[in-house]
Amino acid sequence: MLEKNVTLSLKGCTHGALMCVPVLPGIVALGAVFGTVAAQKGLTFVETVLMNSLVFAGASQFVAMEIYSDPLSWGTLIAMIGVTGAVNMRMLLIGASLRPWLGQVPSYQTYPALFFLTDLNWLLTLTEYDKGTRDWGVYLGSGLFVWSIWSLSVIPGYFAGSLISDPKAFGLDVVLPAFFAALLVPLWKGKRQTVSWFIAGGVAAVTWAIVGGYWSIFTGAIAGALAGAYLDD
Amino acid sequence: MTEGAFSADMMFILVVFGMTAVTYALRAGGYWVMGRVPITPRVRRGLEALPGAIIVSTILPIVLQGGLAVGLCLIVAAAAQVGLKKEYIAVFFAAAVAAGLRAAGL
Repeated sequence: MLEKNVTLSLKGCTHGALMCVPVLPGIVALGAVFGTVAAQKGLTFVETVLMNSLVFAGASQFVAMEIYSDPLSWGTLIAMIGVTGAVNMRMLLIGASLRPWLGQVPSYQTYPALFFLTDLNWLLTLTEYDKGTRDWGVYLGSGLFVWSIWSLSVIPGYFAGSLISDPKAFGLDVVLPAFFAALLVPLWKGKRQTVSWFIAGGVAAVTWAIVGGYWSIFTGAIAGALAGAYLDD
Repeated sequence: MTEGAFSADMMFILVVFGMTAVTYALRAGGYWVMGRVPITPRVRRGLEALPGAIIVSTILPIVLQGGLAVGLCLIVAAAAQVGLKKEYIAVFFAAAVAAGLRAAGL
């Protein structure tokens, strides 16, 4: 069931990067806010850049900074790493769903490329796959582009935190969720999606109400996938 | 910290390496496992259902937390996408509605 004609081209990479343009304001604002939070918590510039560019997973970075305190104890260290794992658990599923698409690409290319996996370029990649694209440059280009923007956006936030004092006033906080909502539209094909999304949403809402935090993404997604797998048309 | 902008605490570097390793293991782990599981029609249908399920599970708690204003913005985005099929317009409308609602004090 592996895809047989997967290619990689510069054109595909450029296309992938351009597809991220609508959400640039959202990425820049989020990255800048992280820079500001890091500065307020007393991180040095190098520490901020290291964490931001190496971890490269916004939500988990924010949650880890909630726990951070200076000087760091071993307990805090374990808590920060643990919470990162919990928040990013969904990446297991995201990566899994790319297997049929990228499985034919040599592993020495896919495994380094998986470092750049985010919800955003994953979703763009799958949307393109649905449209018939078989050039995985879409994944690589969007990943590298978002990583570069994310890495740069932290700098103004660190040094001039008050530039955008309240991203909410400009609606910048809804840019990423709105983009996801828009990309959800073409994924709807019929009854199977309706049922599996309802189950995913229900389980996610219940999980959120009971434990809060980011577990709802994981539980909801698994429930929705199971529903999709066992619903026979 | 008083050592200056270009220093870094060893303990903190350890934290960053740990967070990076855990995140990469999750990024690559699901992909790796799926290379060792036979992709039967059932597994494939499950994988196909994942994207929608993940998006719904991601944005629903954001709506529950953000309240009416955020929910309205996402409905606007989805409606714009249905009508115009252009993501950047959908995102622009959503951000504009959010900014408007907040200016109005919602």
